[in-house]
Amino acid sequence: MRAFTDTEVSRRAFFSRASQGLGGVALASLLHPSLAGAASSGVLGKLPLPQRAKRVIWLSMAGGPSQLELFDHKPKLAEMDGQPMPESFTKGQQLAQLQGAKLICQGPQFAFRKFGKTRAELSELLPHIGSVADDICLVKSMTTEAINHDPAHMFMNTGSQIAGRPSMGSWITYGLGSVAEDLPGFVVLMSTGKGRSPQPVAARQWSSGFLPSKHQGVQLRSKGDPVLYLNNPPGVSPDRQKGDVAAINILNRQRDALVHDPEIATRIAQYEMAFQMQASVPDLVDLSGENAKTLERYGCVPGDGSFASNCLLARRLAERGTRFIQLYHRDWDHHSLLREELPLRAKEVDRACAALVTDLKERGLFEDTLIVWAGEFGRTPMMQGNKGPVGRDHHNKAMTIWLAGAGIRRGQVYGSTDELGYAAVENVATVHDLHATMLHQLGIEQAAFTFKFQGLDAKLTGVEGGKVLRDILT
Amino acid sequence: MFSDPMKNALILPALLFTTAASAAESPVPEKIEYNRDVRPILSDNCFYCHGNDPSHRKAKLRLDLRDEALLKEAFVPGKPEESELVARLFSDDEDELMPPAESHKKLTDTQKEILKRWVAQGAEYQQHWSYEKPVKATIPAGGNGVDVLVRQRLAEKGLKPSPEADRRTLVRRLYADLLGLPPKPAEVAAFVNDTAPDAYTKLVDEVLKSPHYGERMAIGWLDVVRFADTIGYHSDNPHNVWPYRDWVIKSFNTNKPFDRFTIEQLAGDLVEGANQETRVGSAFNRLLLTTQEGGAQAKDYEQRMLTDRVRAVGAAWMGQTTGCAQCHDHKFDPFSQRDFFSLGAFFADIQEPILGSRGDGMVVGTPEEEAQLAKLDAALAESKKVLAAVQPQIDAAQKAWETDVVSAKVELAELKKDSGASEAALKSAQQILGHLKQPVEKRNAQQKKQVTDYFLGVYEQFKAERDGLASAQKTRDAFYGPLAKCLVTVSTPQKRTVRILARGDWMDESGEEVKAALPHYLPQPKIEGRELTRLDLAQWLVTKDNPLTARTVVNRVWKQFFGIGLSKVLDDLGAQGETPPNPALLDWLACEFMDSGWDMRHLVRTIVTSETYRQTSLATPEQIAADPENRELARQSPFRLEAELVRDNALAIAGLLVPKIGGPSVKPYQPEGYWENLNFPTRIYPADTGESQYRRGLYTWWQRSFLHPSMVAFDAPSREECAAERNRSNIPQQALVLLNDPTYVEAARSFAAQILSECQGDTAERLAWAWQRALQRNPDATESKTLTALVEERLAAYRADTKAAEDLLKVGLAPVPEALDKAELAAWTHVARVLLNLHETITRA
Repeated sequence: MRAFTDTEVSRRAFFSRASQGLGGVALASLLHPSLAGAASSGVLGKLPLPQRAKRVIWLSMAGGPSQLELFDHKPKLAEMDGQPMPESFTKGQQLAQLQGAKLICQGPQFAFRKFGKTRAELSELLPHIGSVADDICLVKSMTTEAINHDPAHMFMNTGSQIAGRPSMGSWITYGLGSVAEDLPGFVVLMSTGKGRSPQPVAARQWSSGFLPSKHQGVQLRSKGDPVLYLNNPPGVSPDRQKGDVAAINILNRQRDALVHDPEIATRIAQYEMAFQMQASVPDLVDLSGENAKTLERYGCVPGDGSFASNCLLARRLAERGTRFIQLYHRDWDHHSLLREELPLRAKEVDRACAALVTDLKERGLFEDTLIVWAGEFGRTPMMQGNKGPVGRDHHNKAMTIWLAGAGIRRGQVYGSTDELGYAAVENVATVHDLHATMLHQLGIEQAAFTFKFQGLDAKLTGVEGGKVLRDILT
Repeated sequence: MFSDPMKNALILPALLFTTAASAAESPVPEKIEYNRDVRPILSDNCFYCHGNDPSHRKAKLRLDLRDEALLKEAFVPGKPEESELVARLFSDDEDELMPPAESHKKLTDTQKEILKRWVAQGAEYQQHWSYEKPVKATIPAGGNGVDVLVRQRLAEKGLKPSPEADRRTLVRRLYADLLGLPPKPAEVAAFVNDTAPDAYTKLVDEVLKSPHYGERMAIGWLDVVRFADTIGYHSDNPHNVWPYRDWVIKSFNTNKPFDRFTIEQLAGDLVEGANQETRVGSAFNRLLLTTQEGGAQAKDYEQRMLTDRVRAVGAAWMGQTTGCAQCHDHKFDPFSQRDFFSLGAFFADIQEPILGSRGDGMVVGTPEEEAQLAKLDAALAESKKVLAAVQPQIDAAQKAWETDVVSAKVELAELKKDSGASEAALKSAQQILGHLKQPVEKRNAQQKKQVTDYFLGVYEQFKAERDGLASAQKTRDAFYGPLAKCLVTVSTPQKRTVRILARGDWMDESGEEVKAALPHYLPQPKIEGRELTRLDLAQWLVTKDNPLTARTVVNRVWKQFFGIGLSKVLDDLGAQGETPPNPALLDWLACEFMDSGWDMRHLVRTIVTSETYRQTSLATPEQIAADPENRELARQSPFRLEAELVRDNALAIAGLLVPKIGGPSVKPYQPEGYWENLNFPTRIYPADTGESQYRRGLYTWWQRSFLHPSMVAFDAPSREECAAERNRSNIPQQALVLLNDPTYVEAARSFAAQILSECQGDTAERLAWAWQRALQRNPDATESKTLTALVEERLAAYRADTKAAEDLLKVGLAPVPEALDKAELAAWTHVARVLLNLHETITRA
């Protein structure tokens, strides 16, 4: 019989990455009765704020979609098409590929239509998202600090442009844990447009940084093992795998009786968890139980690895209690071929985004799921013509994102840009604000949600913190 | 106990108080000591607004300097009842209370009491411990300072040291800590049976001689300097730096003094007698993240690179979190924004492109290779000269030919009727004709080249000269290609201008220009009349006057042997770090390290020969209650092997490990498609074949944006930033890797093949052999029973399902011994697999 208490179980945990508050985390998970790796409560315990969002589905449009074709209608820019961009807008500002080039206005390349009861203006390229316009909130005044893909992704995901900081999914599972019994709490799904050569997306975008490694995002893949190393080796049947895991755990338990190392109890729990995941993940990704109507609604063929399939998987993850679900759809970087390529990307995501909203609504999950649709930056009102047929350059002074569900006002347009769509001017919002708002909806007070790292109370919302965008909340 | 309870309490008050209330609320000491008792409270709760950073200072009050605090009448020494500070701490008025509610900081009653008593006792300050020179405690002759100082502290705490670990554990521990490899059963037996009184020290000396010592020691250093094979940002393309990794290994193996080790890395190009070796060391300056992203702005990345380097020096040598001062003066330490950029200015002379490819770097060849390359380069230059002599004639001929073509005097062969040219050739010739019809000055560079290439293809003269050059180029390139190359530091007199950037904003060019200078709050070198160089910086880091370097390094090395630093925040010896529970020990080791001439092996030997190190890691419930984190060292601690060593251990047990030292990084099996999100260019991952597949983990190709997933699972850092500290997690992915990664499946079946071919006995004997190989002990009866049952069950199953056995044995490239029965081998593969997965196997106890 063991004479050791739960407190002792936590002892080893305190050795892990320093102490700097992290001990507390591991402690929290270890004291949880399930002792299971992924399903756990977070460090925050009782939340200071009402929890409107129980989970987040973050749709990352990697490459930076053009708000000027999709969301931010600028008739004045159309009038100025082909004329020099007034210097009053651009003087002394950082640009990416257009730095030093002659700056010419480029009007919207696609028409806009009014949708829903709220008569929200959206691109003709997004009729399905338009059909749920009354359910979503457009933020037209979003800004960011970075203008290159990699730093901008880092900033959007971690609130910092320095590599190695924890991503938002890690922060949130660290804080709240996950209710998914046998699935990771932070799942990443990736899809690529059928087109050109998309921008790379690094694994650091879902890294847990200095937070405990168990909070790192787990990529759910459409080819090969759905989770890395999930499948048994050839020749090893599930029964044999089970037998081996049992033997490992028996021997580990026996060792523990001798040396009383609490890490062994955790190790045993992790093997059980891993074995459970080997069954639950295939069940998760098996879409054969979804009816034809659902597949039609999303517009996906099971197993095709498309954004649409990933949206459907996102709903299945949401149903199972995964805390943070992040989808990337790549190839929005339209320096050129804007007219040719943008409609293709829009088509790839439009129907599935709307399907996700309506599906969650029908299943009663919309009310407590926060959906965010955002690129890593916006695009310039100036044309870029040095890479072939016209496009737009990276831009950090204005971008449009949208949010939905979980206490977000429906059918709202928040913030605006100047008449040429160059800079956000009304209700200017920052990435830190966006993070603060998300945390707020999750019941977390952003300024108090910290982790000691390199002497600082590090926060997702940065040193200065962000402000909650209260006007977009119900 | 928690030496710094408030940090945890802030994050997790409820949990801590239910589980460790006694530890969190230790009694208020009779005699308050500023560094031990007060500074952590002030630093964590007050300095953010009342500290070193003027831009954020509230009410113009600073509490980090006694004179300043007195000037603002923050307190009256000796009179807590008259002190504003004390009144504010205990105030019931929300507007008065400090820290204010919006700071989300709240002091415990004990903390308030400490501050009150501190004021009552005169509110004396102390310089922060790590900025004072370390003082070396006197150790009685023949004593090991580690033991003397640990025992002293234990006596104060009323704790007793633990007995020595058993010999098997000791030898396994030494191998893991010094070599990162398991001992062979015979090596364990030899030590267990060695009755000589100096058996242990002999073993230590023996182990320290192994060339694998350098590999083991290198791992921690490669983390802290963020060594990796790729550039990090965006396309994350390769850069040539692996010779630096080998330089690190060799430096440890030859026991290069740490001061020299430091100087060569920061200034290997500037030292007297700079040579290939010192220059390869200077690759340190090139290990940072760089970008090849189109549209990246040079000023932006110039800034990123400067800050990256300052953070690196801060992390690797100074134990200072300099990154905070990029945008403002450090809030907790005296490090200012000026210090930050002045430190960055040391690197302004490094010749490098800010954007784009780093190029090949310096050839790192043997003397023979370098001589041969010089010869081929000379031959190439000669051939160029020969061709240049006749070039005017060739140019003239081309001009004449062009005129003839344009005037239709000459027809391009492909365009002749019935030329039989392919579609492509025809098209290309038409293109040439198109170019020719444009005046020369209207053709772009590419068009000009196409025309010249075409002309030279049909031109018959000066063939010898032209072919001579082509052949010389080809020979030279063929020889040059495979030579080892390394990015190294080259100094240029055209230094970049370094300015203090307001809030770190690279668009702002109004900031004051700064020259290289050392942090103002630390002892300064006496150099006048010239600008400081990287060499000065390097030498300053390793002067005995520098209070930080030795402590930082010793503290990190300590963690390798005890699982936790003497001051547990390895990357911060500043105000927000942790005052070590046993400061005398850290200081003694730091001084001993410097006094020995920065002798790393001496430091390591001092630690591992101590009785403190040799204690058992089995903890009694009393010990755990008294000291859950083992900060007082009344015992050893067990901990999981690091990522690289988990791999090494399995390969060594399986008999697959290729113990070769150094060379280009290698590519172990990796799941297909893992790199699919890389681009510019897209990449496939060709897993290595042959011996490269079985190299030690530290040689794994370090792709920063997609580090090998097995490494990630076991907490290897991506090395995008300097990592003094690694997580040591225990997560389900580790189980999935050890169970299913082909590397470990192959190791299991190879291990099984060894069991069957090396041991001809019955199942029990074979299990004993396997246990010896994996764990260097015999299984007990129940352990043996568990796996006997497993092997019998599996054998029956595979006899009935030979296809499954064959499938399993196909995993990995290692050959399957023909002589062995497939079903038996598959069955024993499961035994081997279980052994490789055991907690004990991947733990150093």
